Parts: sequence; structure tokens; C-alpha cells
Amino acid sequence: MTKKEKALQVVETIKNTFGDAVLDTGGHAGDTYIRIDSKNIHSVLSYLKNELHFTYLTDLFGTDRFTSEERFEVIYNLVSLKTGTRIFVKTWIEEESPVLPTATDIWPAANWNEREVWDMFGIRFEGHPDLRRIFLPEDFEYHPLRKEFPLLGIPGSFELPTTTPNTE
Amino acid sequence: MSLEKSLNNQGFLTTSLDFVTNWARANAVWPMPMGLACCAIEMMAFAGPKYDASRFGSEVMRFSPRQSDVMIVAGWCTYKMSHAIRRIWDQMPDPKWCIAMGACASTGGMHRCYGVVQGVDNFLPVDVYVSGCPPRPDALLNALMQIQEKIKNEHSTTLDT
Amino acid sequence: MEKNISLLDKANPTFFKKHQDALLKSLEDKHTTVELDETDPLGTRMILNMGPQHPATHGVLRLLLELDGETIVRNRLDIGYLHRGVEKIAENKTYQEFMPYTDRMDYLSPYSNNVALCTAVEKIAGIEVPERAHYIRMIGCELARISSHLLYLGAMVMDSGAISFFIWTFRERERLYDIFDNFGGHRFTISHSRIGGVHNDLTPEALSMIREFVDTFPAEVAGWKKLLNKNRIFIDRNLNVGKISYEDAIAYGLTGPNIRAIGVPYDIRKFDPYARYDQVEFDVPTRLEGDNLARYFIRVEEMLESIKIIRQCLDKLPKGPVRADNAKHSYPSKDEVYYSMEGMIHDFMMTDTGVCPPDGVEAYHAIEAPKGELGFFIQSDGTGHPWRLKINSPSFTNLQGLEKMLDGEMIADTVVMIGGVDPVMGDSDK
Repeated sequence: MTKKEKALQVVETIKNTFGDAVLDTGGHAGDTYIRIDSKNIHSVLSYLKNELHFTYLTDLFGTDRFTSEERFEVIYNLVSLKTGTRIFVKTWIEEESPVLPTATDIWPAANWNEREVWDMFGIRFEGHPDLRRIFLPEDFEYHPLRKEFPLLGIPGSFELPTTTPNTE
Repeated sequence: MSLEKSLNNQGFLTTSLDFVTNWARANAVWPMPMGLACCAIEMMAFAGPKYDASRFGSEVMRFSPRQSDVMIVAGWCTYKMSHAIRRIWDQMPDPKWCIAMGACASTGGMHRCYGVVQGVDNFLPVDVYVSGCPPRPDALLNALMQIQEKIKNEHSTTLDT
Repeated sequence: MEKNISLLDKANPTFFKKHQDALLKSLEDKHTTVELDETDPLGTRMILNMGPQHPATHGVLRLLLELDGETIVRNRLDIGYLHRGVEKIAENKTYQEFMPYTDRMDYLSPYSNNVALCTAVEKIAGIEVPERAHYIRMIGCELARISSHLLYLGAMVMDSGAISFFIWTFRERERLYDIFDNFGGHRFTISHSRIGGVHNDLTPEALSMIREFVDTFPAEVAGWKKLLNKNRIFIDRNLNVGKISYEDAIAYGLTGPNIRAIGVPYDIRKFDPYARYDQVEFDVPTRLEGDNLARYFIRVEEMLESIKIIRQCLDKLPKGPVRADNAKHSYPSKDEVYYSMEGMIHDFMMTDTGVCPPDGVEAYHAIEAPKGELGFFIQSDGTGHPWRLKINSPSFTNLQGLEKMLDGEMIADTVVMIGGVDPVMGDSDK
């Protein structure tokens, strides 16, 4: 079977098991994605790891769709080393206090990736052991990858060191 | 000033002393490499076998600020890192100089965005700017030679530091 | 008498107070605070800060190590000292304009990053690349792999104590720089690979330089292997240091030589081949021990495999154009731009608007960079600027594995382990 057929088979299995939690499927140029409802995302991911052997989490990241409803999107990039398949699982969450269940109990690799999503977008992950900012200092108050944050930054959001020598 | 007065304005003596001090300082400029990003690799090449920096006096790259003369900031400086760089600059004893290596250290370079300080001279007194992305090690050698020129023209004996 | 003194009172930071507070709080357990016994100095634990500026941390990496004597009990990594928001910059630039930023991500092997972006854009926009360009890209990628592993070797062996090794590997790197200078115009961050192909063909002089390199390099490596492979000091410093188990390696998502050191033969060149890697023969070195010594062996073997690949590419190099001819997909050649009106208009349109993938599609493509799996996920909105460009950088995931590996090790092995995992901070702090 080619990679594409194996991925489509995985999509079929998920559709049969979870029924209406699967909102959309598709793919372009050889990739395959499944969009899941944000309430069932944790059970789908556990099923993918435990039953379908997707033990390797390559990447976890967020996107800002900049629509008025369900603004943020979180995408999981999963690989099954046993069958040699790659699949993308997506979910959409709303803009007002976005929250998702954490995936660190399924894959410990999700730890730093979820911290990055929190840092860049402001999406909280419930149950994460250590949700702090990862790239920017905690003193920074904004979430830079949101579309309304200006590229050049907001003056005064970071402190610069003083130019008089600190003789301590 | 007091030294000149006490020697009754014997300019000849202080200038000779200057010459010797400056010659000694210029030919033993030990760099402190603040190697942050890709320019750090060119800085390593500058200290490497082909463009040897130690024949100009920069015998060792002293990573301890207390033992170095010139700080070479190589790479883009983020706001988060700027405090650490300033702290290390303050720990260096006088006389000290600073080389801003590369476009990113001089002016922020191609990174015109929220995280990068647009030029390390926003918080450090830079003496020589080297352009290039990354500058060839020859360009960094030229910068080192300009620092040596600068040192040789100083009035070291009567300076306050 | 024991007193509970909080770490925060002792540290008293002068800048970024909230950040230092959060970091130190996370190092303490939620349920117990570190008990500092004021009467008996041997009963306390020390928090050592290997700060962002350090000779051996391979860039600006900060480690907070909680030490019990010489053993590391807990540790936290603080990254982000080189974060510039490259993904946000990408949303404002065309795909070709973004090429120099990819050079500066993993700055030890810039050619592979260029090829990664090119292949991702070619996948989402459906661009055909001519055969000769594929082989030139493969030669460039493998030379970049050798260059990155040479720096790894020099830095790690220098960290283990043998300083002259650094000079030897830099001498070889200078030869590679001369090759890149000849056909690319710049010593390392060259942006030679373009969307739709490659910028210019390899000159005959560059080809002869590559052949000469390929003929003389294995003898150098044989000399180094004779020095290191059975060296008692090197083996003592690296054997059983930084061991990670098979389940942990997959669970923490390690990539590149780190996961191949524990027995998982996951190499994107074999998993999902790109750029004619399925038409050259090479092995993927894999080991079972999972410690630092295994990573060293794998990287040296990978350098020799790269030489094999370059030899086959040089033999198979077909004649033909080096860039796609389609005006909407790639830049026209300079002759056309200077001497024909259509060429000039195409050049202008490519610079102004750029490659426009279809609206609403997304694609992911990964390559096997020397550090691991470097992937670009592009979401397009129909214009020449990506809507979202996510970079899956190998050093980010490898550093997460390093946080796990450091628990229980001795502090003197920290430096060797960082060298063994081989992170590049420009890559991990995008």
C-alpha cells in the first residue's frame, strides 16, 4: 500500500470509531488531515497512540485563522514508525479564553511545544505540568504570533539595560 | 592631569610613556567573544588556522570578562539577552573596547522585528562596526587593526581611567 | 537547625524579575521547597546557573542545575535568548524573500535549510524542478552535512579536552568554504537553492574542487578515527554518558543522530525521500547503546556516507537547465532579464508578488538536516506571502530530550552531553 492509502485507511478507522467527532478530512499534495471537535480531541489522540501506533509526535503548533468564530487552530503532526505513515490532526478553538486538554500525558514530547503555543498565541493547556513562556521572558505581556500584534513590537514592552555602568 | 602637572608639563615624558603603553596594549588585545549566532562561526574561523588572529596579538579568546580587553558582539542581540551582555560588559575592567560584528549587531540587520534590539549600540559604547552578513574573517581582522590604531592614538598616561 | 529559605529570596534578580521568579519556582517541586540547612554546609543543595554566555554551551543556552554534590538532581533549560520571531517575519515576506532567514536558522549547515524551504514551497505550489537541480541540491546538502558534523566533532572533542582537534576540523571546513565560495559567492550562508531549482550551475572549477575534496577527505577521517576510536580518555568521557532509553527517545520525540543512536532507523531520506535520494545508494548508520559514544560513531559514519552520496551524484549529474522555466514558478535567468522585455516583467512580478500557491491549502515537507528532521508547514491564503509558516526545528526537540537526559548525571558531563546532542540555538529559538 502506498503512504497515501495507509493514511486514508487511518482516516476511515477514526471516522468509524468516533463518528460525529470528525468534522472534516482532506489533504493536499500527499498530506492527510483530520479535523476533530475540541471536546473529543484527547480521546482521539489517545486512540491514535494506543490502538493505531502513532507513537511519535513530530510537531504541535497553533495557527491564527483570524475569523470571528473559532479563531485559533492547533495542529498535531503524528508519525507511526511501525507503518511509516504521517497524519495531521487539527482542532479549532474559540477566541475567548482558549483552552485545550494537554497532550503531555500521551506524548511527553508535547511539553515544550505546548509552552510555545501558550507563548505565541495564548492558548492554555489544562493539566500541563509547567505552563510558562518559553521564548520570551515572563514579563512580556502579549502573544506575538496573533495577527493583531505588530511585527515591530510594541515600544516599552521589553526593558533595555541601562547605559550607565552597574559597578556591582 | 595630575601626572602632567607633577612632572611640570614635561610633555616629552608623557608622550613617550604613552607610546610604550599604547604599543603594549595594542599588540595584546585579548578578545572576549560574545558569539551569539552565525557571526560566531566566522569569529571561530577568524581565530582558526587560515585567518589567524593570534598573529595580531589576540592570542587567546578569553571567555572570562575579567581577563579580556575587547568584546566582539557577533550575532543578533535579543532583548532577553541584552541584560546578560550589559552585565558582562560591566564586568570587564577598563580599558575596554567593543566591536559590533556583522549587520545584526550593528543595526539589527535583516531582523526587523519585535524580539531583536536594533543595534547593540543602544546599550553598549561601540568602537568599531563591521558590516557583512556574516563578514569575512578578513573584515574582522581589519576591525581589529582599526582598534589597534585607535589604541595607539590614545593619551593613556593622562587618561582618567 | 533547619530553616526553609526560599530560593527567590536568595537569588534576588535585578532584571526580568517575573521571568527569573517563574524559572526558579518551576525548579522547586510543587510540594516541597528546597531545604537549605544553614548549620551544615554539606547538607545543602546548590543551584548552579550555566548562564547564557558560556564557552561551552554551543550558543546562548541557559541551564539551571540543582546539584547534590556533583550529581544533578533536577535541571531546567531556559531558551529564547536568540528568539527573533522568524515565523512572524515570514508572514510578511514572499517565499523567495524568506530564503536568507532560513540560512540563519541552523547556521552550521545553511544549504540544507534552503533546500527544506524550497522543497516545501515546491510541494504546496506544485512546481517541477529539473533533474540537474536535484543533484546539485543533493551535493550541496551533503557538503553541508559534512560541514556541520565537522564542527560538531571539533567542538565536542574540544569540550572533552583535546583542543587541537578544533583547529584540524576548521582547516577542513575552510576547504568546504572555498568550494561554496566558488559556486555560491559566499562562504557559508549562500541561499544558493532557489524555488524552482538552483541559482546557477556548478562551475567546472567547483566540480574539480569537490572531486578533490571527496578524494582526500576519507584519509583525514581515517587519521582522526585512529586517534579517537580507541583512545582511553575519549571513551571514558563518553561511554554511558547521556544514556536515554528506547521508549523515552520516541516519547520525547528526539530526531536525527540522537534517535538513531538508540536503535530507531528514522531518517527522512529513507522514510519519505526527496530530491532523488531514492536513486542513490547509502546506508543509515544506527547504533543500539544510546550514549554519547554512539552519537559520535554515528556522526563520523554519516560523514563517510555523505562522501559516498556525493561521489554517486557527481557520476550521475545529468545535463540540463538548473531552474524551472515557468514564469510563475521561478525567477528567469539573468540573460532573459537583461535582454528581453518578458524576462524583465517576469522578474518584477516574481519579486513583487512571488510564487502564489492555491488558496486555503496547506502542506508539510521535511528534510533530513544534519541535526535531525527539519520541516516546514505552510498554510497559504492564495497570495505570495504565507498565512502561517511553522518551522519544525530539530534542535528544539533535541533540547527537550537533553532536559530529560541530564537528570542523574554528573555536572562535569554536562558539557560533553550538550556537545553530543549538538543543538544550534538559532534553530531552536526561531
